[in-house]
Amino acid sequence: MTVTTYSSTPLPRRRKSAAHWVLRALGVLILVLVIWRVYTVGMAENYPASFWISQALNGLVLGGVYALVALGYTLVYGILLMINFAHGEVVMIGGFAGFFALQFFTAIGWLEGSAALVAFALLLIVGAGMLASVLTGVTLERVAYRPLRGAPRLVPLISAIGASLFLQYSVLLIFGVSPRVYQKPALIAGGFRVGDVFVPYTGVIIFATSLLLMLALYLIVQRSKLGKAMRAVAEDKGTAALMGIDVNQVIVFTFILGSALAGAAGVMLGFHNTIVKFNSGFILGLKAFTAAVLGGIGNIPGAMMGALLLGLIEAIGPSALGIPTEYKDIISFSVLVLILIFRPSGLLGEVLSEKKA
Amino acid sequence: MLVLDQIHTYYDRIHALKGVSLTVQQGEIVTLIGSNGAGKSTTLRTISGLLNPRMGSITLDGEPIDHLPAHEITRLGISHSPEGRKIFARLTVEENLELGAFARKDKPGIREDMNRVMDLFPRLRERLHQRGGTLSGGEQQMLAIGRALMSRPRILLLDEPSMGLAPLLVEQIFRIIENINEQGTTILLVEQNAHVALSIANRAYVMETGVIVLEGPAAEVLASPQVREAYLGG
Repeated sequence: MTVTTYSSTPLPRRRKSAAHWVLRALGVLILVLVIWRVYTVGMAENYPASFWISQALNGLVLGGVYALVALGYTLVYGILLMINFAHGEVVMIGGFAGFFALQFFTAIGWLEGSAALVAFALLLIVGAGMLASVLTGVTLERVAYRPLRGAPRLVPLISAIGASLFLQYSVLLIFGVSPRVYQKPALIAGGFRVGDVFVPYTGVIIFATSLLLMLALYLIVQRSKLGKAMRAVAEDKGTAALMGIDVNQVIVFTFILGSALAGAAGVMLGFHNTIVKFNSGFILGLKAFTAAVLGGIGNIPGAMMGALLLGLIEAIGPSALGIPTEYKDIISFSVLVLILIFRPSGLLGEVLSEKKA
Repeated sequence: MLVLDQIHTYYDRIHALKGVSLTVQQGEIVTLIGSNGAGKSTTLRTISGLLNPRMGSITLDGEPIDHLPAHEITRLGISHSPEGRKIFARLTVEENLELGAFARKDKPGIREDMNRVMDLFPRLRERLHQRGGTLSGGEQQMLAIGRALMSRPRILLLDEPSMGLAPLLVEQIFRIIENINEQGTTILLVEQNAHVALSIANRAYVMETGVIVLEGPAAEVLASPQVREAYLGG
């Protein structure tokens, strides 16, 4: 029920509390410290420009993959207002499927064939990953989330965490603890130089594929009939049903889209990191979640932007702050904490409407 | 064509409809009036499948439709323009109208109805590419009715189309509702503004706390002392 007031006197402005100002001062302090650190490290180390450029390129490649995964979080959140914490495992399963497809095509020799044949095989490998992920995602929705629809919001969240552990340890049980190694086909193993900067072929392919998939998703959501239905369901499920929209079908479609992107991400990450194992989706999932929150969860362009930004931060951060690369995860998760404290609605997020709050 | 027989609907433990029976004949305008909380909107929500009745039956042309999900009921030709308009604020006016026709496949027919809606409400044509949330209250009401028409319904359920609108606009909207009815759409109209509703309806039902207390031809209901006292200020 909305309440309308017709009084002509404006409401008194709410006074900002002391806590608000303390928080803001803290934010400024952190920012100043980071800038100071970057400055002193930059003066001391004096890396060449080409170093920064190649780090940034790395960051964009990683960011593109994060974006595909982050979109899965944001799509599901937009519709169901829940965080699908098993999404990282959907990525991992895509990675495994891609690995087996890669093995298969290596065995039948397609990966040493002509460029066209290799490209076709790679396409099928990504397709295999997407298919496996879609099956996983749709099953998750049906088994772990749909029965809990209408339950308090914490309930499906716990179910998601359970599903995440279930998937991880099922894969551990079936495939063991040792990582599977992706072997790049010789054709795309190398790279090229632009000035002093080395650009690997896989980086270019991964980034281009990510952008292409993001564009495809954007077009589906904005232009297609089901995409419009998705946006309607995200706003108001009851009214969407009055339009003749089968809400359950739209939710399944959302999981299909998110999982397909996750599967592609899983395969590409396999090529990028060269390995996939039972827990390789876990940290990745948290990172992509961070990216989605950074951009504003529920917001599609936000997820893309947040992910690219997070990729850059992660790639450049360790060198800029003068800390070992192994600690890059600390930087990502510090970003998550800081965003949640200082701007919980994210960079592009809108202020939560009363309906979603 | 639409028959409710002894419908009981609950919100958890709250007994909101206590045996509501009503019928709507082909081509009629039937209005359901009553004060706040009488159960008018609950009745519409039960018909359109947003709520399930715990007892009683709802039939459309003799076929039972209670317990069907809302989207299937829409596909059977019952379109519901809900209370509070509920337009999709982040979608454009055009997208809102397209979604109204979601279940339809006949592209030329949809085009035709889109034009028909925009002829009924010329303001919508001017605002076609604007987001729904940027429309004024009256325009949103027009969009909600137009969107409900896009499924080419046989029965249109309208919930408080006059709510929050200036008197001049209310008159305009009600003329359009009559116009829609003359073009062949049966209408079940829920209103608090009893006077306007009774002026265009064929028949009327009066609700109080979940039961129907009075029914009859609109003119008779309008003349009844009960209604005059309770809703029309004596």
